[in-house]
Amino acid sequence: MLEYLAIIISAILVNNIVFAQFLGICPFIGVSKNLDSALGMGMAVTFVMAVSTAVTWVLQHYVLEPLGLGYIQTIAFILVIAVLVQMLEIIMKKSSPGLYAALGVFLPLITTNCAVLGVAIIVAQKNFAFLHSIIYAVATALGFAMALAIFAGIRMQLDLVDVPRPMRGVPIALITAGILAMAFMGFSGL
Amino acid sequence: MTALQTIKDGLIRRNPTFVLILGMCPTLGTTSSALTGMSMGLATLAVLICSNMVISAIKNIVPDQVRIPVFIVVIASFVTVLQMVMQAWLPALYSALGIFIPLIVVNCILLGRAEAFASKNNVLLSACDGIGIGAGFTLALTAIGAVRELLGTGAVFGFRIYDSSFGALLFILAPGAFIVLGFLIALFNYIRHA
Repeated sequence: MLEYLAIIISAILVNNIVFAQFLGICPFIGVSKNLDSALGMGMAVTFVMAVSTAVTWVLQHYVLEPLGLGYIQTIAFILVIAVLVQMLEIIMKKSSPGLYAALGVFLPLITTNCAVLGVAIIVAQKNFAFLHSIIYAVATALGFAMALAIFAGIRMQLDLVDVPRPMRGVPIALITAGILAMAFMGFSGL
Repeated sequence: MTALQTIKDGLIRRNPTFVLILGMCPTLGTTSSALTGMSMGLATLAVLICSNMVISAIKNIVPDQVRIPVFIVVIASFVTVLQMVMQAWLPALYSALGIFIPLIVVNCILLGRAEAFASKNNVLLSACDGIGIGAGFTLALTAIGAVRELLGTGAVFGFRIYDSSFGALLFILAPGAFIVLGFLIALFNYIRHA
C-alpha cells in the first residue's frame, strides 16, 4: 500500500509530467486560458490515459513481446491510441451525452497529446506490473490536470496585467511556467 | 512559389518554434545542451523530409476520410526506421534523447506540415518545405541549447567561454528551459516587428 502511495506522490509532485518531464506542453499552453476548459481537458486526459495505458500494456505483454515484434511498438501504440480515442468519442456520444458535452471537444486533441503516448512507452520501458501501470498513469494524469488548473488560474490574473508587447501571449506564459517549475523543484527533496 | 522561397519561409517567416509555436515538448526536453538540441532537430528534419515526400506522392490515392490515420502511419514508420538506425549506430545519442525519439510521431510539426503543405503540393516542393521547416526547427533548438548551456555551464558545444563556477545550474534544469524559450520567442517577436 505504502509503495503505491510513493508512486502517486512521485508522479503528481516530484516528477510532474509537465514541469519535470516536458510532456503534454501543447495542451498545457493551448487549453489553459480559463479554469473550466483546463479542468475539462484534465479530466479527459485522465480518462484516456488510464484506458490507453491498460490497452497498450496488454498489447505489449501479450502480443508484441511473445511475437518478438517489439520494434513496431511506436506504430502499434499510436494506432491503438488513435482508434481508442475515436471509439471513446462514439461511445460517450451515445451513452452519456452529458459527459460528451463536457469532454467531447477535447478528445480529438488528445490523440496527438504526447503525454498519452509518452506514458504508454514509459510504462513499457520500465516494465511495470499491470496495477502499478494503471496507478502510475492515473497519478501522472492527475499531475497534468493539477498543473493545468494552477496555470489557468495564474493566466486569468495575467490577462489583467500590462505586459510589454513582444512578451504578450506565449512568451510570458512560458516564463510563468518556468517560475512554477522552480516551485515544483522544491518537491524533489520529498 | 519557388523551391528556394519555400525553404526560406520555413527558416524565418514560418519558423516552427518561434512563430508557429509547435513541437514544444522536444524543444523544452532535449535542449539542455547545444549538441543534444541540434541532434533532436536533425532527427526531426530527417523524418519530416521523408514523410513530406511520401505523403505528397500518395496524396491522390488516399481517400479524404482516412487521410489523418494514413499520415500518422507514414510518420510512425519513418520514426521506427530512425529509432533502429540510431540504436545501431548512435546508441549514446539515442539514450541521451530517450523518449523524445519515439515521440517524434506526435510532434505536431510533422502532422501539421503533412496536412497544411504536403497534401496540397508536389513532391519536390514538399521536400523543400521539409528542409526549410526542419532546418528552422534545428536552428531554434540549437540556439536554445546554446543559450542554456552557456548560462548553465559557461560552455557552448563543449567549448569553454567562461569558468563553470559562474554558471547557473538552474538553466540546465527544467525551469531554465521554460524561461530561456520564453525570452527567445519574445526576442524573435521584437526583431520581427521592429
